[in-house]
Amino acid sequence: MALSQGRLGKYNPEKPTENRITDIGPRHFWDFFPPVIQKNYGKWAYHDILEPGIMVHVSETGDKVFTVRCGGSRLMTAENIREICDIADKYCDGYVRFTTRNNIEFMVTSYEKVQELKKDLLSRKYISGSYKFPIGGTGAGVTNIVHTQGYIHCHTPATDASSMVKAVMDELMDYFTGMTLPAHVRISMACCLNMCGAVHCSDIALLGIHRKPPIVDDNIDSICEIPLAIAACPVGAISPAKTEDGRKSVKIKEDRCMFCGNCYTMCPALPLADKEGDGVTILAGGKISNRISEPKFSKVIVPWLPNNFPRFPEVVATVKKIIEVYAANARKYERIGDWAERIGWEKFFELCDLPFTEHLIDDYRLAYDTYRTSTQFKFTGKAWEVSRAAGGIDD
Amino acid sequence: MEFKPKRPQKDLKYDELRIYTDEELHNYSEEELKNFKLKHDIPDLDELEKGPWPSFVADAKREALHRKKLADDRLMIDKDVVDDLLGQLQLSFDDGETHWKHGGIVGVFGYGGGVIGRYSDVPEKFPSVAQFHTLRVNQPASKFYKTDFLRALADLWEYRGSGMFNLHGSTGDIILLGTSTEQLEPIFYDLTHELDQDLGGSGSNLRTPSCCIGKARCEFACIDTQDLCYEITTHYQDELHRPAFPYKFKIKVDGCPNGCVASIARSDMSLIGTWRDDIRIDQEAVRAYMAGDIEPNGGAHKGRDWGKFDIQKEVIDLCPTGCMALEDGQLKINNKECNRCMHCINVMPRALKPGRDTGVSVLFGAKAPILEGAQLAVLTIPFMKAEAPYDNIKELVEKVWDWWMEEGKNRERLGELIQRKGLPKFLEVIGVPAAPQMVRHPRTNPYIFWKEEDVPGGWKRDINEYRQRHKR
Repeated sequence: MALSQGRLGKYNPEKPTENRITDIGPRHFWDFFPPVIQKNYGKWAYHDILEPGIMVHVSETGDKVFTVRCGGSRLMTAENIREICDIADKYCDGYVRFTTRNNIEFMVTSYEKVQELKKDLLSRKYISGSYKFPIGGTGAGVTNIVHTQGYIHCHTPATDASSMVKAVMDELMDYFTGMTLPAHVRISMACCLNMCGAVHCSDIALLGIHRKPPIVDDNIDSICEIPLAIAACPVGAISPAKTEDGRKSVKIKEDRCMFCGNCYTMCPALPLADKEGDGVTILAGGKISNRISEPKFSKVIVPWLPNNFPRFPEVVATVKKIIEVYAANARKYERIGDWAERIGWEKFFELCDLPFTEHLIDDYRLAYDTYRTSTQFKFTGKAWEVSRAAGGIDD
Repeated sequence: MEFKPKRPQKDLKYDELRIYTDEELHNYSEEELKNFKLKHDIPDLDELEKGPWPSFVADAKREALHRKKLADDRLMIDKDVVDDLLGQLQLSFDDGETHWKHGGIVGVFGYGGGVIGRYSDVPEKFPSVAQFHTLRVNQPASKFYKTDFLRALADLWEYRGSGMFNLHGSTGDIILLGTSTEQLEPIFYDLTHELDQDLGGSGSNLRTPSCCIGKARCEFACIDTQDLCYEITTHYQDELHRPAFPYKFKIKVDGCPNGCVASIARSDMSLIGTWRDDIRIDQEAVRAYMAGDIEPNGGAHKGRDWGKFDIQKEVIDLCPTGCMALEDGQLKINNKECNRCMHCINVMPRALKPGRDTGVSVLFGAKAPILEGAQLAVLTIPFMKAEAPYDNIKELVEKVWDWWMEEGKNRERLGELIQRKGLPKFLEVIGVPAAPQMVRHPRTNPYIFWKEEDVPGGWKRDINEYRQRHKR
């Protein structure tokens, strides 16, 4: 048993199926559970968050497991993994876990070890000063931002991911290492409408979008199946056309395009990325938990902000502002969406000092479901603007 | 309780598997790292080394240095691959556009999924990332690891790939970022033969199923999420590795309605643990919470002074169904009215526990926007038992797949097909009766699609007979 070396290792291209192993699935989870987890599987009685990022789970058997949760950047190197393993070997008998939100969890069975581990983790910094393993991400705070690939590896992004997340988390550090919010706030980031991270039900969602219709490549007939490209458009904005020299092509009805990018996914001859066109949309008020209120979608609250690499100051400031206004106004246990619904979205925009534009009124499918069909509303500055414009009031 | 894997698991020992020696692993000093310059100017990325949050740039730089100091024959992918990756990222910032080409069909023999081809559109500037393919590796359920496995994986990927990972991708897989076409088969060979580990899904197939932490470390889990996830993953290997579907299909398992893997928002089939008997109450612990002896909500609100715990305000009044009350100092729950939202249990986990008669609620059709807009999953099966070998769940999955493969259009997710054909049609396909639990409220339009057999006498009528009663 050893990992292979040499250009092709133990793989023989002459006989590709010889001794081939396929379809074995993942390693079995039981084998990777620390002994305390194996012993107390299904027997956990309760948990307590001792301090931000540090939890104790207590079993019916009396056993305890202490977890120290650390934020991590989702993009990690072999060097980083080795350092995580060094820590896990030193304190956790060689076991470690990752969370769905890209945190790293170290588990130990004594409180003394928690203290040593905590000291060790917080002492580890990159030469430029960033923490390698900041402790936090539990309870009524902000946990790690889940995100997608962005410019690091994706062919359709409208913005970058790792850099935006780094910029936002730098600013929200106190909310990661603290539990001062009314409820937890889940922030998610996706770099295009494909939403590989499915961010559409997050308390705050950051989403890369395009704003220019696709360019039609002259060679489209030799690059992709034209009928497929036409069929790819969910709003019928693409139709057949001929080039000046008589080759088959397509034309774009630009006023129909909603910039989803599906045409580009189906046909590389229809690129739509653009430095000025692309940017960030912010959505808020979604959740996936069934707790108290039903799961719900996030709503678009900022239609577009510029891709200001690498620190996205406009995005960072908006996210921070929403969280601060929410923290100051919401009730205990109230998620951002529940708070906005209780006070009314018109108040949300007023309190957060966010401009409300026509881009925030739905004009896509099922838009009518979002229109107010009632006189139950609250007066805000925006309401007086309408009254003035309609000649309803003088001042 | 102990789980037996379907096949014996190899006991992995890093010292037997390893590629690099200790000297090779510790081949640079702090001083060298401080003075280290990449081959490209990356001013915006340098900026991202600042600030308290872990910097992926600082991390990548140490990988770049480590690679540079290894001997030429100790790497199968160019030493400069991380330099070029960061260089291309800087160029993408400058241009405001990605520099990865669209498409690229590569894979390992016999699989259609698990590998994503990726090529740079500026290979002359960044030759080491000219080919930069991804492998998706099927993560172990709930993402627990032994360090022997992780260290071996790090060696394998540093040797035959870029050394850059995502831990983890959004679907849950371990993502190996960046290798050449030539190295795909040797990597797959070592993954399966040495690390006892398979690839995950990509393309129009079953994507790698994932689950929450479940009974491994959570008192709320109603079902064995890992076991169910592992069983589905291994049972459907063919569907995971050989694309035969109209588009992707995601299955995710949440242990309770808190939904920590977000199955309700991002899986075509969402299995959520629940119970159908009564919430278990420990009245003594209820009193302890009321007396302030135990912190509410597992201590989640410790960072701020919210005042003394008030059971009326924080639990009873927030119950969405109003099914709770305090009577003579005892907490009473009218379980018939409970909708199992988890709030009371979350606030007082030492006093309240889910019932013991557990199973799953099954919801279908969640997805992100493309194509028809975002959808949350629709509650379809209010309750079904979820016990190994989960034959009832597999039967249900297969009915859904048969219909979707027959009727679904290219790139049409299940949720979109259900919209196009209507939920009643979907219910007919899976053979369950309609129930008010499936809708928020009954339809508001009376445009009911009656079928001929619904109406006495059928639809065929004689115009002459009609005219005998009504002149033209």
